[in-house]
Amino acid sequence: MKLDKQSYQRLLEQKSPPSPLPLDCLKAFLFGGAICTVGETVSNFWQWRGLETTDAAAATSITMVFLGALLTCLHLYEKMAKHAGAGTIVPITGFANSIVSPAMEFKSEGLVLGVGAKLFVIAGPVLTYGISASVIYGLILVLLGGGGGA
Amino acid sequence: MNWMEYVNAFWVGGAICAICQVFIDRTKLTPARILVSLVVLGVALQALGLYQPVVDYAGAGATIPLLGFGYSLAKGVAKAVAETGLLGAFTGGVTGAAGGIAAAIVFGCLFALIARPKSRS
Amino acid sequence: MIERIGQRTLHLTSRPYLMAHAAAVGKKEGEGPLGAYFDFVTEDDRMKQKSWELAESALQKTAINLALHKAGLQRGELDVILAGDLLNQCTGSFLASVDSDTPYLGQYGACSTMAQGLALGGCLVEGGAARRLLAAASSHFCSAERQYRFPLAYGGQRAPTAQWTATAAGAAVLGARGTGRIRLTHVLFGKMVELGVKDANNMGAAMAPAAYDTLSTLLADLGAQPTDFDCIVTGDLGHVGADLLLTLLRTDGIDLSPVYSDCGSLLFGDEQDAHAGASGCGCSAAVLCGPLLRDMQAGKIRRLVFAGTGAMMSPTSVQQGQPIAGICHAVVIERSDA
Repeated sequence: MKLDKQSYQRLLEQKSPPSPLPLDCLKAFLFGGAICTVGETVSNFWQWRGLETTDAAAATSITMVFLGALLTCLHLYEKMAKHAGAGTIVPITGFANSIVSPAMEFKSEGLVLGVGAKLFVIAGPVLTYGISASVIYGLILVLLGGGGGA
Repeated sequence: MNWMEYVNAFWVGGAICAICQVFIDRTKLTPARILVSLVVLGVALQALGLYQPVVDYAGAGATIPLLGFGYSLAKGVAKAVAETGLLGAFTGGVTGAAGGIAAAIVFGCLFALIARPKSRS
Repeated sequence: MIERIGQRTLHLTSRPYLMAHAAAVGKKEGEGPLGAYFDFVTEDDRMKQKSWELAESALQKTAINLALHKAGLQRGELDVILAGDLLNQCTGSFLASVDSDTPYLGQYGACSTMAQGLALGGCLVEGGAARRLLAAASSHFCSAERQYRFPLAYGGQRAPTAQWTATAAGAAVLGARGTGRIRLTHVLFGKMVELGVKDANNMGAAMAPAAYDTLSTLLADLGAQPTDFDCIVTGDLGHVGADLLLTLLRTDGIDLSPVYSDCGSLLFGDEQDAHAGASGCGCSAAVLCGPLLRDMQAGKIRRLVFAGTGAMMSPTSVQQGQPIAGICHAVVIERSDA
């Protein structure tokens, strides 16, 4: 039989099992929701300690990043993520995981070019485009005359 | 204590994650691209004034997912531009998200020094 | 002498001897259904080394030393070592043989490396270029993950079609003279076949067309039916690729199923969460140099086609949007009585 790309593509789609979407989504919902609920608790804790809203938000981010990093270091985050999928990738704990895991992995290539350089191998794009988008938004605000001060 | 705030954080945060799971499973988008999209989308939604109501409703359910990272970048920029104009456009975003970024870097280095990767089974 | 039969099959008329073989595997592989057939199962996938690359080379070195020991040879008595793995610049293999004091030829055929080494080695022995040589291949889950995918501690989710890189190594000694009964009779070097598969999480699908090309050419060249062999094994198509290969051959009226197995489908049990099965150079190398050749020695298999399958891709080519080509090299191994 002479194979062409289109008919092979059809055949392989038939033979390749898809991801179990409803189950994956349910698990992502439960894990993601649980992490956010923990975040809410942490945020309330900091507000109860007397931090005002903005500071409490920053303290919450730092705490959640710490928890994500700790679970990564204890090899628990990868075990949760196998089930949780987006439920552990999307929260800020996943951002921490994406920074800690390459740092651990590439320690064997040294502290500078291993840990230092590879730290951002996964999370780098998030910072690059997030910060760029914020600067563009800021420039638009300036152009629209929203700028005070100098 | 207001239990509804926890319920709202749970379902909104969970729903954002579940929607992203659909994109991971059913499109060619890799997780990295989805995360980048989320952050940029967070900046855009906040710029349009659409995300603040979600944050007010769901609290951590809106700020903990990466959309919230974009939200704090945008919020920081708006505040800084109001205070210092053009300079603020550059300093505001990172200032707004500084806690999370610095924590990730420091804990990343710290834990890399104490832990090492383990084979999986 | 090497005789060309049909389109591409090479007949090695003096039938080089497979003098000895050995397989060394990781913990998960040792816990699988084939665990008892391997010569060495490590308890620690790190092999007491400081990096995963060194761990892989230690595993390959273990397999090489065991095979040499079984053949009653010292490293210096080999005329050449043909070895390969999945890492950049064949890191696992050159580190394993750097102190061997033996001519070394690095091989890269992705997961078809063991078949490539055996096929090439057979020709070298048949042509008189080597009296005794060793072919080896290895892969390591942890070194492959960090090069091709994500750091080990990263929380990613694997697709149902994804395969699990085996932590395994296999080595076989080929010689012009020997006393054993297992001999190499035919080899066929495969062509790359590319049918537009771009999903690096579905490599079985990328490799199946190449296996189809190689196996149908081999059967046609030899004028043979699948049932003329006791066993036809592919390298590591996994569940998805194996199913595709059988479907493709069936459209030509060839039923491979009575004699067919796939190393990637054999290595792990269903409960081991390996999704579509095992992959990696070490998978087919260890399954051949462990269970399959042991079964040949015991007389349970008398005529075997070993068709190693590889996916021609790199992280760079995938990121640049290039499709993944498959390749499949085949060797025919026979047990002679007398």
